[in-house]
Amino acid sequence: MKVAEIASLFKLPELTYRVWKVWQRDFDVFMKTWKVNFFPPLLEPIFYLVAMGYGLGSFVQPIEGLPYIQFIAPALISISIMYSSFFECTYGSFVRMYFQKTFDAIIATPISIEEVIAGELLWGATRSIISSTIVLAVVAAFGLISNPLFILIPLVAFLGGLMFSSMAMVFTSLAPNIDFFNYPGFLFITPMFLLSGTFFPLTSLPPFMQVFAKAFLPLTHVVDLSRGLIIGNLESSLLISLVWIATVTPIFFVLSINMMKRKLIK
Amino acid sequence: MAGSEVLINAESLTKKYGDFVAVDNIGFQVYKGECCGFLGPNGAGKTTAIKTIHCVLPLTSGKLTVAGMNVSEKPREIKKMIGVTPQEDNLDPDFSVITNLLVYARYFDIQKAEALKRAEALLKFFQLEGKKDVIIDELSTGMKRRLILARALVNEPKILLLDEPTTGLDPQARHLIWDKIRDLRKQGVTIILTTHYMDEAAELCDRTLIMDNGKIIEEGKPSELVKKHIGEEVLEVDYDEKVMKTLQEEFPEARLEVLGDRIRVFTIQPHGVFETFLRDFPSKGATIRNANLEDVFLKLTGRQLKE
Repeated sequence: MKVAEIASLFKLPELTYRVWKVWQRDFDVFMKTWKVNFFPPLLEPIFYLVAMGYGLGSFVQPIEGLPYIQFIAPALISISIMYSSFFECTYGSFVRMYFQKTFDAIIATPISIEEVIAGELLWGATRSIISSTIVLAVVAAFGLISNPLFILIPLVAFLGGLMFSSMAMVFTSLAPNIDFFNYPGFLFITPMFLLSGTFFPLTSLPPFMQVFAKAFLPLTHVVDLSRGLIIGNLESSLLISLVWIATVTPIFFVLSINMMKRKLIK
Repeated sequence: MAGSEVLINAESLTKKYGDFVAVDNIGFQVYKGECCGFLGPNGAGKTTAIKTIHCVLPLTSGKLTVAGMNVSEKPREIKKMIGVTPQEDNLDPDFSVITNLLVYARYFDIQKAEALKRAEALLKFFQLEGKKDVIIDELSTGMKRRLILARALVNEPKILLLDEPTTGLDPQARHLIWDKIRDLRKQGVTIILTTHYMDEAAELCDRTLIMDNGKIIEEGKPSELVKKHIGEEVLEVDYDEKVMKTLQEEFPEARLEVLGDRIRVFTIQPHGVFETFLRDFPSKGATIRNANLEDVFLKLTGRQLKE
């Protein structure tokens, strides 16, 4: 690839208010079937909290002074942030792009392809807010929230959601078919699910893996922020996580839009 | 009626995909108020040309203006005044019939009340009122085509791009769509139509451009093209060597085409020569028919399959 080509992948897209028209389309579809959409984020954390929190947790010593169930509660919120946006902008966006030809239909109107993709990314972030808020409510119902800072979780969900949406969209731009998403699923999402300080502290990992997790597993930073806010333990490491997410997100946001444009407009 | 004001102007328009040249240095004009047909075999470049007009495909080189605006500079303004029916169905399967129109109207910044008014009127115009709340999957192919056409009109376009609007439809649905297209033309909408059906082009188009291998190889009024390339009548008879010889002697200037077990005779001689011929040489399976656009098309683009 030539330098100019690489540079073109990071060109700032021209976006207008029309991004919201795309977002609104996805939102309208979501609301049509809201009952089905609300169930998984409601039930899943209940299963996890009961099975792992109560069940497994009774064999586990407190971690960093926290009972096990309290330790994993913020992780469940973070995982819902990751899952909802990542799957929305891989499988969801791919179906709309490839099978339903929804993007083709929209770009025949005054909306540009850049705005279509940006709308999809914002919708992915919105799904993260919706899911994580439901999980947050479940966690609260279990009596696991001890600090008013939890009110900032939707903000973390938006930032984290936008980050995972953008990363997902890069995979979508590379996907020759829908089965392709098994790769990022197993090679990216599953390791993050398990190794990002979710179900045990990062410090239990060998040192090089701790470094790896902090450098390359974005979920690590989302978990860090969620846990800090829910427990009310504001350490300087949270600032690092925030900076990490705030740096990576715009890069992937711009990259994914340009890569999708290249895929769709020959 | 079609005027002489140029609405769409293409100069040296070229579109390449890698090494493949889909549209090869073409120039054409579309006049305000006319129905202009783009004809050509599969892969001729019709759809590509259409897509450059509504600004979804960037040009490789050349210049294309719509209503005086350059497609690479003013895509939004151009798209605002265009309605498109794509070849492939891209209705939104997540929504009902009416919501498809309303959501589409929203993409054009049309206010909700106005959108609802237009959507109701369009559903009526296309005889879809009864299907208003039906989900897209439950529509027949014909209804889907009608809804796509309705959707293309939601922004009250000045230009309509119809990419194979009747492919796969039964005759009833086809004629209904033809009626609507004629209505729209009367209302002054400029229409660009691609089709594989020559009867459709002859029926609807004021003017046709015939494309092959990315180039425009002929253009003109359907009736004039027929007259110019084929003549008035075509004689078809069953193949027989003796008949063939007689035909060659009788019509030395004619083009004889043998296809399967039939001979077709194309001559530019006036109406009635075949009748006289048949009176003297009654031949087996002889029919005289009017020359048509399909004859022109096959003559110009050849009979071999293109893909």
